Amino acid sequence: MSAQPGYKAQGQSTADPIIICEDVHKWYGSYHALRGVSTTVRRGEKIVICGPSGSGKSTFIRTINRLEEHHRGRIIVDGIELSGDVRNIEAIRREVGMVFQQFNLFPHLTVLDNITLGPVWVRKMKRKDAEELAMQLLERVGIPDQARKYPGQLSGGQQQRVAIARALAMQPKIMLFDEPTSALDPEMIKEVLDVMRELAHSGMTMLVVTHEMGFAREVADRILFFDQGNIVEEADPETFFTNPQHERSRLFLSQILHH
Amino acid sequence: MVRPVPATTATTSPETANPIRWIRKNLFNTWYNSLLTVAAVAALAALAPRLARWAWHADWAVVSANMTLLLTGTYPRDQLWRLWAALLTVMSLFGLSAGAWRGNPRRWIGAAAVAAMLATTGPFQAPARGWLLGTCAGVAAGFMLGRGLTAWRRALWRRVLVALWVVSVPWIYLLLHGWAGSSWLPRVGPSAWGGLTLTLVLAIVGIVASFPLGILLALGRRSRLPAIRWVCTAYIECVRGVPLISILFMAQVLLPIFLPDYRIEHVVRAMVGITLFSAAYMAENVRGGLQGVPRGQIEAAHALGLNGIQTLALIVLPQALRAVLPAIVGQFISLLKDTSLVAVVGLLELLGIARSVLANPTWLGRQAEVYLFVAMVYFIFSFSMSSASRRLERALGLGER
Repeated sequence: MSAQPGYKAQGQSTADPIIICEDVHKWYGSYHALRGVSTTVRRGEKIVICGPSGSGKSTFIRTINRLEEHHRGRIIVDGIELSGDVRNIEAIRREVGMVFQQFNLFPHLTVLDNITLGPVWVRKMKRKDAEELAMQLLERVGIPDQARKYPGQLSGGQQQRVAIARALAMQPKIMLFDEPTSALDPEMIKEVLDVMRELAHSGMTMLVVTHEMGFAREVADRILFFDQGNIVEEADPETFFTNPQHERSRLFLSQILHH
Repeated sequence: MVRPVPATTATTSPETANPIRWIRKNLFNTWYNSLLTVAAVAALAALAPRLARWAWHADWAVVSANMTLLLTGTYPRDQLWRLWAALLTVMSLFGLSAGAWRGNPRRWIGAAAVAAMLATTGPFQAPARGWLLGTCAGVAAGFMLGRGLTAWRRALWRRVLVALWVVSVPWIYLLLHGWAGSSWLPRVGPSAWGGLTLTLVLAIVGIVASFPLGILLALGRRSRLPAIRWVCTAYIECVRGVPLISILFMAQVLLPIFLPDYRIEHVVRAMVGITLFSAAYMAENVRGGLQGVPRGQIEAAHALGLNGIQTLALIVLPQALRAVLPAIVGQFISLLKDTSLVAVVGLLELLGIARSVLANPTWLGRQAEVYLFVAMVYFIFSFSMSSASRRLERALGLGER
């Protein structure tokens, strides 16, 4: 699939923010993991988040569906503010899908049951409808013939595609990807990235933590570069890759592109 | 995730097929193995004549004459049909389940046929023979029915079967106990239960009650609320710190003090003691399983929008319990055997009845036969449980591969 700059701008209007983060702080004990992150994501926007390890990029996207609690500042997702209120958290989690580095499929359930679990128990969908939806999604990620197998019987790339289907089955408005290809063998990275590209084409709002710079360049509307718990550079991919402004991003790019 | 190594099928090489080569390779391959082989053969040769002499003189009349007593205690003889009906219920459910979960038809139908033949030819009285044949028919019919129904709608009937098993426990208790004033099922209080019947009732009640209690205790011990955590931890550690026998004595003495307004039967006191004891161990087993569920599983469930209870019931507990299934079954087996301790507080379960039979001067000196019989009965039930658990592990292992 070749880069199509045209689709990047689809379905977004500048006045339509879906995620608003204001001065988000997070501590692990005395360690200051996020230091006042502020950014706004528009509906349909594709954001790639990169940066050295320990820079807080994973922590940041995990605060958006409250897998990590933030200790200061505000996070507003689709008009709902994340607070300690369990109802708000559950409402936001229904609208935000997440894909993990380690897939985190449920090993005791078949692929089909992994995908129907959310729709049946959270969305209260009828099992038959949920299974139909699951089969459509498996078709979309290219593995409809694996529906009756258990996750442990699939390759890493297939498992990650099931994980994407599982998140999509909730029909989320936002998809979070936390290093989705980092645990994969090189020959399986492409099959997962292809699915993510297709998803980007469809207009989904995506936040992707990744080291796949080719993917970032091709798909991202905006790149957030994290260092030491904050965004140090925020730019469109063209600017970021050809003319990085910050000393730290220049160093990072030279290391990641010429290793 | 641990991937179980697939069992390699034993291949018979021509080398091992030759018995002399086999003996040389396995019994005389080193000088110390040769020595051990010779010593073991000598010991067997020394013991064999004595064993043969004992077997020759063994008189099993003590067992056959007291069979009803050993199996049912002092359960009213005119109400024995209720025990048979309970047996029929359980065995039919076993048949149905075996059919529904694709048991080996040759093994199940074959076993039912062999049992039916034994029932026809064995030294049974008419009603016993009839019930035994009925039970065999129940197993076979249940097996075929289970196969047929699940071939039609598998998920539905398997769920129905699980529900039937759950309902069968109170049903059997009601069948055995009855109620006062009933002409159909007149009350037979637990004090009249004895022998194998009492052993099984104690074991099943203990298993069924301690399982959920143990899960709750395990969850409580991992609770975020300190008060709950401390109470559960203290309970578990206290119970694990004392022997079952002291708990049984305490239950006999303390329950009437705590609840003076109720006259609690001795058997019920024993049930409470066994359940409370077993729950503490169950809690530790389950806790081990809970700790083995990766954090990512819970995060994935939360990310899907499942709430805490759904995450626990659908994601965490199924994985935790199957991981510690062998330990849980092991605990159930020791619970079954530990019921023999209630003989000390005066209840006549299988071992208690056996001792009271031996106290009868008619059967003087027949300890070996009686205790051997008792041991065999315990073995049959324990072994069935462990082989059922192995089957279950294999069936559930599918998800781990």
